Amino acid sequence: MRAGQSPRGSELRRMEGSRLNTGQLLLVISTVILIITVVLPVAMIVYNVFFYKWSFDWSLFASMLTDPDNLAAMWNTVKISFFVTTLGTVVGLFFAWLIGRSDIPLKGLMKSLFVIPYMFPPFIGAMAWGLLLAPRSGYINKMFMALTGGRTPLFNINTLAGIVFVELCYYFPFVFIQVSGALERMDPTLEESARIAGANQMTVIRRITMPLVVPAIAAGAMLILISSLSHFGVPAILGFSNGIFTLPTKIYELIYRASGSFEGIRRGASLSILLVAVVVLALALQRRVLRAGRYDIIRGKSMRPMLIKLRGWKVPLLLVCFVFLVITVILPLCTIFGVGFLKAYGVPMKLANMTLNNFKYVLFESKMARDSIRNSFFLSITSAVITMLVGTMIAYVIVKIQPRGKGVLEVLGILPYSIPGIVLAVGVILTWSGAFYLNLYNTIWIILIAYIARYMAFSMKSASASLEQVHDSLEEASRTCGASHFESLLDVTLPLIRPGMVAGFFLIFLPAMRELTTSLLLYGPFTRTMGVAIYSINEEGYTVQACALAGVAIIIIVLGELLLRFVTRERRGQ
Amino acid sequence: MDQVVLKSVTKSFVTKAFGEVTAVDDVSLSIREGECFSFLGPSGCGKTTTLRMIAGFEDLSSGEIWLGDRPVSIKTKNFYVPPEKRQLGMVFQAFAVWPHLNVYENVAFPLRIQRMSNTEISDRVKQALKHTSLSGLEEKYPSELSGGQQQRIALARAIVASAKVLLLDEPLSNLDPKLREIMRFEIKDLQKKLGLTIVYVTHDQAEAMALSDRMLVMDMGVVQQVDTPTNMYNNPANRFVFSFLGLSNFVPVALHDGLIWPARSASSSLECEIPEDWDDDRAVLAARPNEIQLTTEGGYRTRIKNRVFLGDYVEYRMDIGDTEIRVQTHEHRDFQTGDVCGIRLGKVKWYPAEDEVSDEERERRKVI
Repeated sequence: MRAGQSPRGSELRRMEGSRLNTGQLLLVISTVILIITVVLPVAMIVYNVFFYKWSFDWSLFASMLTDPDNLAAMWNTVKISFFVTTLGTVVGLFFAWLIGRSDIPLKGLMKSLFVIPYMFPPFIGAMAWGLLLAPRSGYINKMFMALTGGRTPLFNINTLAGIVFVELCYYFPFVFIQVSGALERMDPTLEESARIAGANQMTVIRRITMPLVVPAIAAGAMLILISSLSHFGVPAILGFSNGIFTLPTKIYELIYRASGSFEGIRRGASLSILLVAVVVLALALQRRVLRAGRYDIIRGKSMRPMLIKLRGWKVPLLLVCFVFLVITVILPLCTIFGVGFLKAYGVPMKLANMTLNNFKYVLFESKMARDSIRNSFFLSITSAVITMLVGTMIAYVIVKIQPRGKGVLEVLGILPYSIPGIVLAVGVILTWSGAFYLNLYNTIWIILIAYIARYMAFSMKSASASLEQVHDSLEEASRTCGASHFESLLDVTLPLIRPGMVAGFFLIFLPAMRELTTSLLLYGPFTRTMGVAIYSINEEGYTVQACALAGVAIIIIVLGELLLRFVTRERRGQ
Repeated sequence: MDQVVLKSVTKSFVTKAFGEVTAVDDVSLSIREGECFSFLGPSGCGKTTTLRMIAGFEDLSSGEIWLGDRPVSIKTKNFYVPPEKRQLGMVFQAFAVWPHLNVYENVAFPLRIQRMSNTEISDRVKQALKHTSLSGLEEKYPSELSGGQQQRIALARAIVASAKVLLLDEPLSNLDPKLREIMRFEIKDLQKKLGLTIVYVTHDQAEAMALSDRMLVMDMGVVQQVDTPTNMYNNPANRFVFSFLGLSNFVPVALHDGLIWPARSASSSLECEIPEDWDDDRAVLAARPNEIQLTTEGGYRTRIKNRVFLGDYVEYRMDIGDTEIRVQTHEHRDFQTGDVCGIRLGKVKWYPAEDEVSDEERERRKVI
């Protein structure tokens, strides 16, 4: 419950509820938008899988379910997610604790460095690791074989273990961020009172600190689990060449191989249902785990917690941190830019072999690459603006107006969050390629619709958070001064949540810039996004050009991220 | 025997914005067995830092701390006993009860750490819960209980292991005023019943006076005065202590021809006794609002600017020279706003004219 607000919000709303007003209008608009963007695609998937020519037909789904290839893909998905989740949780927890509760130096720096993998597009990371650790051609493997004189590579990245490793590098920040936050918020006297009660440092960690951060660990772990279950990029780049499929890549392959025929899409849709089932199962698990430990961590005065002295371990652990950062951030980054500057893939990385031509090519010569940058900007900005506005409106209805049936809105809003990107893409294809007398297939608008559906949950979440900070009495004060509901909304509430909306814009803009999964199923000849362009250039074997474009994408994302930090810092300063 | 002894304890921080700040400056004191001893002072005065040094959460910059005949911190020898080995009980301002454990397990924690047998733990927890009026709530979780009950859990947890010394860090300031008063008595009762030595940190002078056998007033890291509540209230060592222990009026005056002049422009002088050993020609007179008398005739004549009826008493505001003062009186003789009346200061305290710390220095210390 928000402090200082009555459980049902202002009575005013209930009294006005009987008349048609701004609130009800907003409610109707919100519901319609959510039904069109979110409910329709899901309904179309279910309909197309189980109905054929208006009659119930179970056979397609049954045949897909018994296909050993599909079962293998499902098993791979589960295995990869399991290991990524477990290992990612351990790694995230370890670093969060190290930075939150030990006297390791350079904390501020490390805290910002550990969040970098979070913004790095995983599929670009996968490309980099492919370049380094592909069994025959990878730079590290070649170096290793030259050193040993043998023909066995150091590590083959095109395996399940390789996929797990790369996903791990980019998903551990989920747990890291959650647990770091919990440790920061936790009242240090909770730990101090255990010390006074006679417990030593290790006992305090085991009996007090860990149990108290369990909810944060669970939340972070579930984010990893759901993300890795629906993840497409890494297994697509590292798995295809070795015949390793997961459910998302299998769906893509089914549709791609059928070159967009309706039968192929129906098959993809069947697998989508399977994937959604797995994700829903994971979400149900999350509900259970989170309910088991439902207590708010008591916020303390901003007193410094007692830090554990690492003594002799300080330097080795600092080294571990830096080695980890080098592996997850610096090495892939250097590889992408290094290869992006090479004259041809495979030649040694020497200055003599460097050229600017690849960057010149993707920025000025290749129409496809240039189009993709333009498309990504158009799609990201447009979808971020629309989603932010609509999301704020829906959040306003849920948080402030609180009409009957707001629960439906909440569920509809977070639904896309649990639907993997690839599934959403299948649903969008089924909905917007002529089923309702409107064929957007191969246009940029179909991708825009998919993005809006995909990122609505983000924007609703961030808008709800900032709206909850605005106390009811502020709007009530404005009503007392003679402003109407709509005027109060415009003159009081909106200006107060504007900084939150700006941050919300970037929270959508940035992931949209590096989006791959959804766009890959929806792009047409002239509507490639940057993600799609990098992916297809790479698949066609133009490695150096792909790396150059990936480098450009990374620079854009980093600039966007810096802008976001600048904006949110300004907000904190107010 | 002295249970807690501090010898020239100093603590300084180095801050980015303000350079070195001395939070606790050369504090020496002994707290006797079975005594309730309060640290009183405004926020940032160093009282909590001192307490945390006794607990072992903060390092000393110099000095020694002894618990009974046992040294726990000796800076010169770099000797330091960690908090868990000091056998203290402690209660924090934000309660610090563990949300993942129920009442029973919260209280049993210190005993489990000592690996006591289950039957003994059960006996002792029952006893501690009885002392803190929590019997019957064993299975409840902290989130299901009120603030007062949570603070009782913290109290039970502090006494369950029979620690001789209890450290309380503003334990009542998160409670509402009514509950605060009740808990104040309960803590005092518990102390007498169990013969505890209590070190109590607070910024609330009424709380300190009600609880303490002796107390200490601190400001800017420096001990201003150590005494019993009565002595301290009757004989504050300086202006700061005077102002911290209750409502106060300070009137700067000049001595001229054996008369006391509140201001250059004043029409008449003040009537009160000049201490025999006073040899400065300036002073600040300190008087509590309820010790000043208003008269219809005689006294220092002034006009009543404001009158407020507050039930138990009437409060007036008026000027002495350029200084506005407050007077509280129960008397039936009622003045109205605008009336002219006389002021008799009665017994006043005399303090040197230059005795205030600059606001800038106070601001500087807020960082710690």
